[in-house]
Amino acid sequence: MTSHPKRKVARTEDTISRVLRTGVNASLVLLAAGTLLSFLGTGYGGRSSDVARLTGAGGSFPRTFSWFVAGLLHLDGQAVIVAGLLLLIATPVARVAVSMAAFSVERNRTYVAITALVLLLLLLSFALGMAA
Amino acid sequence: MTPFGFTVVVLVISYAAGLLGSLVGVGGGIIVVPALTLLMGVGIQKAIAASIISVIATSSGAAASYVSEGITNMRLGMVLEVATVAGALTGAWLAADVPGRGLYLIFATVLAYTVWSMLRPPAHRAVPAPDAMADRLRLHGSFFDRSLGKEVSYRVSRTKLGLSVSYVAGVASGLLGIGGGVLKVPVMNVAMGMPIKACTATSNFMIGVTAATSAAVYLMRGEVLPFIAAPVAVGVLLGARTGARLMGGMRNQAIRYIFVAVLGVSALQMLLKGLR
Repeated sequence: MTSHPKRKVARTEDTISRVLRTGVNASLVLLAAGTLLSFLGTGYGGRSSDVARLTGAGGSFPRTFSWFVAGLLHLDGQAVIVAGLLLLIATPVARVAVSMAAFSVERNRTYVAITALVLLLLLLSFALGMAA
Repeated sequence: MTPFGFTVVVLVISYAAGLLGSLVGVGGGIIVVPALTLLMGVGIQKAIAASIISVIATSSGAAASYVSEGITNMRLGMVLEVATVAGALTGAWLAADVPGRGLYLIFATVLAYTVWSMLRPPAHRAVPAPDAMADRLRLHGSFFDRSLGKEVSYRVSRTKLGLSVSYVAGVASGLLGIGGGVLKVPVMNVAMGMPIKACTATSNFMIGVTAATSAAVYLMRGEVLPFIAAPVAVGVLLGARTGARLMGGMRNQAIRYIFVAVLGVSALQMLLKGLR
């Protein structure tokens, strides 16, 4: 394949572009569906006092795994939105991981090392952020 | 205002933020934060959390198009990401010990200087210099510029300066919660010698990664409110998609001017925060 370096690069770009597009579309669907479910259910309400509640402390969600799983199973709007947000946040990280894989297929050691370093620093800063 | 009205207004504002952010390679926080706090009465902490979500949405929403159109310089993006993520780590580390006001004033000054350097005529810009690092990492690039109707190729200079500025941009995002795009675009354009479209697309590519970890931390801490974040993310994603479709066909000079305007507004916002 060394005779077609351009084609190889184009393929990597298509893969990365597809990862981004898939992540974005899936989170768009989840965020829109979650918002719709919240309006249809009892989550959001229709009075102006509800806005103050939802943008204040009352708008926060229970951050436990069991709430999240149960919420998804019951199609709770807030849990579906959180799933969309998690997917949105995971998309750029997945993009780095997929680039690393693409570079290793190309046997491009320098760039495998560079993307691995980015991933490592991302994990480190996430761990430090959670500890703080 | 009812929750439905709130959602619709936030959607529209976020669409505009995503459109603007994707054109010039910044996260759209300069629109989202003031709109949420001043217009919608949201607390500053929750607004910043929403704006970090909007940085990721701008980045991913537009990057898919820029990458497949070939405008993004992915290699350079990944090289600079190392510096910018390391900087964000440092910034988060320092955050407790550094007085915010002085920092805002320093940044206002830096951004004002950047406005000046971006507005100087091309003759005053740094001349391309041989750069062994750029050669070794194969950072030079080319893309098809739809507005010019031809392939544009460029050589990247001063990679080390680019790495240093990206590190500082990372520190700034860790300390002040700003996206680093306002610093990365000028250094790529003015010092590294890249065409403005390649700069904004590459900056756009990078900012999502820097924001991802802080967004995850904000989400786990409960600062991200689904009621606000959902319409922000949806609006910004759609706006960024529109912006990415438009950018390739726009005149380079127009993108430059829009970026300088964004830069000027950011400088003012920083100055106000520093003086308060």
